[in-house]
Amino acid sequence: MKTTAQKPPEPPRWARNLLRWYCRPDLLEDLEGDMNEYFERNLKTKSVRRARWIYILDALKFFRPYTIRKPEFLNFFIHWLMLGSYFKTSRRSLVRNKLFSFINIIGLAVSMSVGLLVIAFLADLFSYDQFQEKRHRTYRILTRNESADKSVMELASTSLKAGFKIRETIPGVEDVTLIRRGFYSDAKVSDETIIPLEATWADPSFFKVFTFPLLKGNPATALKEPYSLVITEKTARKLFGETEPMGKTVRFDTLNYTVTGILKELPKLSHIRFEALISLASTLGQKADSDGGIMDWNNIFQNYVYLTVPENANLQAIQAGLDKLSAAENTRLDRQKITLSLQPMDKIVLGGRFSNEIGVNIPKAVVWTLVGLALVVILSACFNYTNLSIARSMRRSREVGIRKIVGALRGHVLGQFLAESVIISVMALVFSFLLFLVLRTQFLALAPPLAEVVSLELSPRLILYFLLLAVVVGLAAGFLPSLFFSRIQAVQVLKDASSLKVFRHVNLRKALIVIQYTFSLIFITATLIGYKQYRGFLSFDLGFTTENILNIRMQGNKSSLLKKELAEIPAVNQIATSSMITSLGSLYGTQMKYQDKGAQDSAMVWQNFVDENYIPLHRHQFVAGTNFKNHPTSDNETKVVVNEQVLKRFHIIKSQPAEAIGKQVTIDNKTMTIVGVLKDFHYGTMDQKIEPTVFRYSADQPGGYLNVGIKSEDYPAALSSIEEAWRKIDKVHPLKAVFYDEQLEEAYKQFEVMVKVIGFITFLAICIASMGLFGMVVFTTETRLKEISIRKVLGASERGLIFHLSKGFLVLLLIATLIALPVTYLFFDQFVLTKFVYHQPIGLSELLMSVLVVMALAFLLIGSQTLKAARSNPAKVLKSE
Amino acid sequence: MKGTNLGEFEELVLLTIAALISDAYSVAICDELEKYTGRAAKLGVVHAVLNRLEEKGLVKSRMGEATNTRGGKRKRYYEVTHAGKVALTRSKEVREALWRIIPGFNLEGSV
Repeated sequence: MKTTAQKPPEPPRWARNLLRWYCRPDLLEDLEGDMNEYFERNLKTKSVRRARWIYILDALKFFRPYTIRKPEFLNFFIHWLMLGSYFKTSRRSLVRNKLFSFINIIGLAVSMSVGLLVIAFLADLFSYDQFQEKRHRTYRILTRNESADKSVMELASTSLKAGFKIRETIPGVEDVTLIRRGFYSDAKVSDETIIPLEATWADPSFFKVFTFPLLKGNPATALKEPYSLVITEKTARKLFGETEPMGKTVRFDTLNYTVTGILKELPKLSHIRFEALISLASTLGQKADSDGGIMDWNNIFQNYVYLTVPENANLQAIQAGLDKLSAAENTRLDRQKITLSLQPMDKIVLGGRFSNEIGVNIPKAVVWTLVGLALVVILSACFNYTNLSIARSMRRSREVGIRKIVGALRGHVLGQFLAESVIISVMALVFSFLLFLVLRTQFLALAPPLAEVVSLELSPRLILYFLLLAVVVGLAAGFLPSLFFSRIQAVQVLKDASSLKVFRHVNLRKALIVIQYTFSLIFITATLIGYKQYRGFLSFDLGFTTENILNIRMQGNKSSLLKKELAEIPAVNQIATSSMITSLGSLYGTQMKYQDKGAQDSAMVWQNFVDENYIPLHRHQFVAGTNFKNHPTSDNETKVVVNEQVLKRFHIIKSQPAEAIGKQVTIDNKTMTIVGVLKDFHYGTMDQKIEPTVFRYSADQPGGYLNVGIKSEDYPAALSSIEEAWRKIDKVHPLKAVFYDEQLEEAYKQFEVMVKVIGFITFLAICIASMGLFGMVVFTTETRLKEISIRKVLGASERGLIFHLSKGFLVLLLIATLIALPVTYLFFDQFVLTKFVYHQPIGLSELLMSVLVVMALAFLLIGSQTLKAARSNPAKVLKSE
Repeated sequence: MKGTNLGEFEELVLLTIAALISDAYSVAICDELEKYTGRAAKLGVVHAVLNRLEEKGLVKSRMGEATNTRGGKRKRYYEVTHAGKVALTRSKEVREALWRIIPGFNLEGSV
């Protein structure tokens, strides 16, 4: 605030308003006077700023029980009495302005349906594990693994040893349960029924920590004996049909397991899910498995430990115990550090990201993005309401004037208009609820995994949240208009309605339009950029071909058998074997050593085991050397094909790749000769750099894949004959065959989902912004019809008039463009795309395209209305005065 | 603190009102208190005490005339009521009665 000689500095207005708002009217006047007197006195001795500061402090300090205005019950009573009247006038004004009511209700309904979806989604996420009775005092052990090269891994899993040690040594822990994943086997119930089953190992404390009720069996002993099996209702039906499963035996591989319990079907919203439980004792008794001793301290990738603590437990003491335990055990490790920590159970689903997550985990960023998008769309619809209501306030101002003269206070008028906006938003809620029901199925169909995570089912609590949203949206939308109406001076509007300064809030309204359009533009640009990136990922030159290649999961069968069957199908032209499918996101690494003139170098390389047909089938390009030669066994592996990055990383060559041929490297303690060098290709996904990769020879991969080149155009026929061939060699497992291109699409599915979601939000945002703009244009042209007619009479051309009318709006759109484009560009350029090593550049075309779409739509809206106004017959308009 | 008993600060404020006669309004009371006691009297504290005294019926107030100062706001002038006068006299009597029974030598050395 500027101070001039004529006008002495004043106390801060907001502080005074605050005081006036809370202070009892009978105390207010002299208190305000006292504070003014002190303020004037302070001005003489202190700086203006200091005096204001003291004033503000005083205004805050006087907020005391004896100064606070008591709520006036009479007012509430009047509001209640007047509700009927408010309702009636609201209805009348809704019916009178059909276009504006339509824009408001539909805009709010559409935007709120997105809000409902987000609320339902969040409500589901927050109700995860709510059925667990001890959830408030259940914790999971997290593991942090720091290896020799300082790379850190945060894991949700831990070692079994940690679990046992915690149980034995750490006081203050109630129960500890150990879980181990990775049991996949075929359950043989009888000679006819063989069903693949995925199970989880668990120890007897499992039922003490978790609330998974047993229908049959004793929770204390069900998981005690080795080779005990506890199955869910569904699994029981699958395995045994209608017969009684308790006490029956199921054969896995060579071992018999006894059914000791039947679990009630698991609730959907549980982060731990399983088909069956097997007593942990069954696996502890077996010999050491492939990844080292099962009880090793650094066997941390497959096991989970959950524990419960008593009420008001001392978590710090437990953590100290964990630290002590880790310190003691780490001394036995070589340059590796493992530390443990506790994670509360209710933080698992919405908590941080950890590797080896046992079940559902939603990153916070996703939640915030969803909330943010919904908020922007809802706000946009609120802006429409605010804009249109204030713009059309002239019509309602007489009503407000009369109400005030009859005795309405400011608070009553405020209440009236807030009530009106809430009524409208509740009406919108009805529409948006119907939309929500449609959107829900669409949303769940967006990505199949989504339907696994949430159900979005309605519940009374959810309906309550919906109503709450409607009320909040109504209040937000109606806040500014009702404030505006409540300030109307009765005398002024009744004397001369036109004296009401409708255009006083023009800047506010312009700002709201600019914000709406800025967001619309940001959204549409983001969608276009995202779509281009997504297309780019799919059509990216991976360095090999993926066309017409069908990948068949071997599921434990011998490749040679299936190869023989497939070779007879005419549609199949090439068959190769590989241990994994590259470029989909899974990685399989190993250590490679290279010795050159005494200096030894070792580093991590990615690998894939393939046969001699793999490289020609995928048309990898050789820079030097040749492919593997066919040889039947992989016992004496002697040859390896590497990519250019390997040569670079190990400095194998000086200039020509051909120099590398014949050099010896050591992988997994086997000495191998480099026989071929491949041009670099993508082993990982687009967000990973191309790294050293090797192909090793293996003729048979029961755990891997068969890569089949299909030459026929008739895919369904080819697939059915392949299916037939599969039946001959495996009767238990259904064929799992997917085209490589489809697998790639699946790997980048998250981007597709993202593009779809943002695209949909964009569509809504643009629709809502357009409706708002349309409303404003209609209103402006209506109010300026007379002006236009006079201009026309005086000789203005139609073109000139259109330009004159739309000028203001175009400037707003221009401002929105100037804000939106740089913001989007910088956001993608600096934050999003830097996460992807290989990405498409942001082209000018996407930016221009988005502007073009939005502008074209806006031109259409503005043009049609202004044209109508410009073409109106001036004689008719002017005569009606 | 309810009841007719006077707190120490209440008594001071009440005395100041009586002393200022017809010019006793909040800011003047603060100034006067500061002058005589030598300690800063905050408006917030005095205001609360005035409010409480009025609730107890020890003072009564009336609004003055609006002037150009104070942003045109009127002053609230306070006046000691009969009950106030009784309370003051009583507390003075209590003190004097106590003073009278203190043997002379007991306080002389320490002051």
